[in-house]
Amino acid sequence: MTLLAINQSGPFTHQVSSVQKTMFTVLLALMPATAYNLYLFGWPAILLFTVTVGSCVAAEAICLALAGQPMKAALSDYSAALTGWLLAMSLPPWAPWWTGVLGAVFAIGLAKHTFGGIGQNMFNPAMVARVALLVSFPLVMTAWVMPHPLFSAHAPGLADAIAITFGGQLPDSVSAASALGYVKTELSRGIPVMQSMAHVPDLMDLALGTRAGSMGETSAVLILAGGLFLMARRIISWHIPLGVMGALFLMGTLFHAIDPARYTDGLFHLMSGATFLGAFFICTDYVTSPVSRKGQLVFGIGCGLLTWTIRTYAGYPEGMAFAVLLMNSLTPIIDQYTRPRAFGRTLKGEPLPLAQEKT
Amino acid sequence: MKLFPIRGGIHPDYRKELSSEKAIVALPLPAELYIPLQQHIGAPAEVLVNEGDLVKKGQMIARSSGAVSAPQHAPTSGRIQAITAISAPHPSGLAQTTIILEPDGKDEWAELPEPIADPFAADTYTINERVAASGIVGMGGAAFPSAIKLSLGTQKKLEILLLNGAECEPYLTCDDRVMREHADEIIDGARIMAHALGVPRVVIAIEQNKPQAIEAMTRIAAAFSDIQVAGVPVQYPMGSERHLVQAITGRETPAKKLTADIGVVVHNVATARAVHHAVRFGRPLLSRVVTVSGGAVREPNNIEAPIGTRVADLIAFCGGFASEPATLVNGGPMMGQPLPGLDVPVVKGMSGILALTAGEINQQPASACIRCGSCVTICPCGLVPVEMAAFIRKDNFEVAARLGVMDCVSCGSCSWICPSHIPLVHYFNYAKGMINAQERERRKNDQTRILAEAHTLRVEKAAADKAAALAAKKAQAAAAAAAKEAAKEKDETPA
Repeated sequence: MTLLAINQSGPFTHQVSSVQKTMFTVLLALMPATAYNLYLFGWPAILLFTVTVGSCVAAEAICLALAGQPMKAALSDYSAALTGWLLAMSLPPWAPWWTGVLGAVFAIGLAKHTFGGIGQNMFNPAMVARVALLVSFPLVMTAWVMPHPLFSAHAPGLADAIAITFGGQLPDSVSAASALGYVKTELSRGIPVMQSMAHVPDLMDLALGTRAGSMGETSAVLILAGGLFLMARRIISWHIPLGVMGALFLMGTLFHAIDPARYTDGLFHLMSGATFLGAFFICTDYVTSPVSRKGQLVFGIGCGLLTWTIRTYAGYPEGMAFAVLLMNSLTPIIDQYTRPRAFGRTLKGEPLPLAQEKT
Repeated sequence: MKLFPIRGGIHPDYRKELSSEKAIVALPLPAELYIPLQQHIGAPAEVLVNEGDLVKKGQMIARSSGAVSAPQHAPTSGRIQAITAISAPHPSGLAQTTIILEPDGKDEWAELPEPIADPFAADTYTINERVAASGIVGMGGAAFPSAIKLSLGTQKKLEILLLNGAECEPYLTCDDRVMREHADEIIDGARIMAHALGVPRVVIAIEQNKPQAIEAMTRIAAAFSDIQVAGVPVQYPMGSERHLVQAITGRETPAKKLTADIGVVVHNVATARAVHHAVRFGRPLLSRVVTVSGGAVREPNNIEAPIGTRVADLIAFCGGFASEPATLVNGGPMMGQPLPGLDVPVVKGMSGILALTAGEINQQPASACIRCGSCVTICPCGLVPVEMAAFIRKDNFEVAARLGVMDCVSCGSCSWICPSHIPLVHYFNYAKGMINAQERERRKNDQTRILAEAHTLRVEKAAADKAAALAAKKAQAAAAAAAKEAAKEKDETPA
């Protein structure tokens, strides 16, 4: 046997894992909630979902081609599909096709590839797209509808759906406000929270998703199940989700106790809007969140606090997307201040004192 | 026994079952033994024999040279065929001076030093001298001369001798087998070492995936109230010296200090066995148990091989290769070193020879980091591998050093877990090498600067002295002239 050329250090064993598998597991976790929501909102939702995911993958391919990067490996990691999937889940289910396409340009082109592609982006691509669409097209992006389950009496057929998604013919009669939106509007009309809460779907409806909202906002239970699945598979840890939900719940409960007429309660904050989707699937995006557990907890709490603040005081009824983007910008700083303590050193990096030196 | 948690760590696929049930077998004498002069940390040994000499088993053929060094002995009787440069068991494959011994097959013993009759009545110096003369070095892999570690008791206040039987590396089963089959020898060696160190307590730490070893050691240790056997959790890198000390005592060794500074000395179990042989029988370290394993080896085994056995002979003894190995490793797959080929010899610190298939290694091409943070979570040293690697990629060693790259023990956990297959440890080893080189360069420059400054000072002083002398001369002349003038004036002035 001849001498081998040795050009790399160990280890000479590796875990069987890959970016592709990680992303695929996340898609798997989203599957039940997505399937249920596609059923709830029918053909228009299915069309929009397909267009959005397809556009994101296409945008990824175009950007890779422009950058002269190898296409096959990058496309097969499912990251663009995941971005498209999450974006689709944050759009009104009956929104027109171009929101998905434009969203893909914002998410993949602007937020991801101008920064250098996978792993390099500062901001969560799906949330950049959602926010860009929301501030550019506020009407389209808040045209919520009540669920029209597939094959039910009032559900649009495929032809109607094509008219809705590609023709922009949203029937006026079907639009409805999301629970968060409704409470906010009523509050601005001087109607106290206790009163308006009587008209929003009860917690059971919020949990099951039989209410108006984007696909990721309805059916909290299935999203939660997907999130717990991710935790069980150790794709994510509890730090970010607990931080987000804990901060939201505590702020909601605390302020509701102080003034129930002005503030909605903690449980409502948890069950409404995109809380679960945000806590388990958006805030936990690896690339744009801190790398240490401590940092992740700080990041999660920050997202929760900002979401509560925006929901409560700002003009928009839902604040998750804004909160995530704001916290994304803090990620490098959080990373810097939440490094673990090195073995044998103090937090400041000095060697630990010897026992006899301490006394 | 109360144990303490250690940070991070991983649970690799251990694959110890390949060889764990194979009892230790002695290798038949090979046709040639290659005995390198440096099998340990420190200075290479000095040759005591010439080509053509006949030597006997156990005869010292190279002596220790310097404070940190170890002698080499003839593993069997035979003729010194040559003293020449042979490729060393090191990734570089660079040659180093090696004594080639041709066994005569008689395996005839030289006259050995007398056994130390009652080691517990002997003083530290006597025992350490015997351990040093027997060429014993740390057999867990580091190969640090053991006698030096055994003399720590004279300098520091020690409380515990910790015997490392964790064997946390996948595949390796040599310590497991030695503990199962020679528990009595290990315990006796440990008691002698504890006596030399002057410590009141011995703890033997064994990972819980070796129940038979724990059982065997506990049975023998039961006779001694000051020896405890601790089953430690299966968590790589539990066998790392500092981490094992933390798991057993809860004490964290400060950076840049030794475990001895917090009262604990760690030795490998096989080292304790070698000490037993040296003290009780006067036998130097002539052989060691090596695990030969991996998917590419036909019959994995635990082999007691004479030091200097060529790896090729070991592989042949194991039935050769079942398939072409992708890599040969010296040691375990996590921290072991790649071997440059089969012609290198077994050395004192070599615990395993692994012939691994590509499937076992599962090395994939690296892709972009997705900042998943797994490396941060599992780093047993509390470092941030993702961040260090980013700076090292840009050759920014200053920041990498500030982030603690020199504290990295190269355990390999981060590379193992990385879903993007980034060779993080490779980056860190590269950075450590560069930082060490820069440090040497800086020291050299400092030295040059000091010399240059001294030279400049000397030159300046000489010039200043010269100028001062000149000025003094001038002043003298001026004063003389002035005096003359004054005298003249005085003369001229009418009284």
